[in-house]
Amino acid sequence: MANHTLALRHQFDNIEQQKDASTFGMWVFLVTEILFFGGMFCCYTVYRSMYPSAFGHASNHLGLILGAVSTAVLICSSFTMACAVNSAATGAKDALVAFLWVTILFAAAFLVIEMSEWRMLYKEGLMPGFNFTYRDIDPAHVQLFFCMYFAMTGLHASHVTIGIGLLMVMAFRASRGTFTPQYYTPIEISGLYWHFVDLVWIFLFPLYYLIARHLQ
Amino acid sequence: MTEHIVTKKQYALIFAILMLLTFATTVIGMIDLGRLNVVVALVIATIKALLVVLFFMHIYWSSKLNKLVVVSGVVWLALLLWLTLTDIFSRGWLPFPGK
Repeated sequence: MANHTLALRHQFDNIEQQKDASTFGMWVFLVTEILFFGGMFCCYTVYRSMYPSAFGHASNHLGLILGAVSTAVLICSSFTMACAVNSAATGAKDALVAFLWVTILFAAAFLVIEMSEWRMLYKEGLMPGFNFTYRDIDPAHVQLFFCMYFAMTGLHASHVTIGIGLLMVMAFRASRGTFTPQYYTPIEISGLYWHFVDLVWIFLFPLYYLIARHLQ
Repeated sequence: MTEHIVTKKQYALIFAILMLLTFATTVIGMIDLGRLNVVVALVIATIKALLVVLFFMHIYWSSKLNKLVVVSGVVWLALLLWLTLTDIFSRGWLPFPGK
């Protein structure tokens, strides 16, 4: 019971109230994140409707298979994160630590795939500001497409990187035995964050890789 | 309030559906369906997002307060898109001089 009382902050009546407050707070934060990314999605929609053919040409330079694989990798990481939450709730400490590290591994794999895609685009001369040599059809608006692509995937990648840091802290805390079936709110909250990162990519993937390909 | 623990089996089922939908949307994305491409891709993405929010993020079993927060997030996002896009798309509908 020592862990139990230590985990309860004095401003809360009981552990359930504390957990509800934390989950509620996390969801409010995630709503601000939805609107943060929402502004960029809105911007994408406006420019896509203004310059459909430039977006069509630009989109065909992205690797569809790479995009699909990174989506699958991120969904795998979401699944292992969900399993980590389940392990924490049932008190399976070793499984919890293992699932957290597997999630981190999937997250790192996602970043590696994304970096290779960015590297490919850089080599093709499609990275605005660094190496943009595209002079085919409508280069100005193709550049706009890639500005938005790098801004949005870059912002998402920074969220993935923060997530990796967060999950590492959780993995270390879990291996020290901080979490019990009575108290595992940090794992639950980190899970919410991680699934949110997956959620953003679920929309980024069709927007950039799928729905603009056939616009000419 | 009793805690609802979602089993690994339930998570695995959701995971399998998500993977299937990803595969489906990728294959459909390769085919030119004209205007339908956007509709199909976004409908599949929305279904995937719903599965993640409801089951991976436990909203299905959550308190009414948390459900309200999620719904309000979606409403605010809809407002953002709706008000911006109605403005952008309706520009030039009326023949004002100098525009």
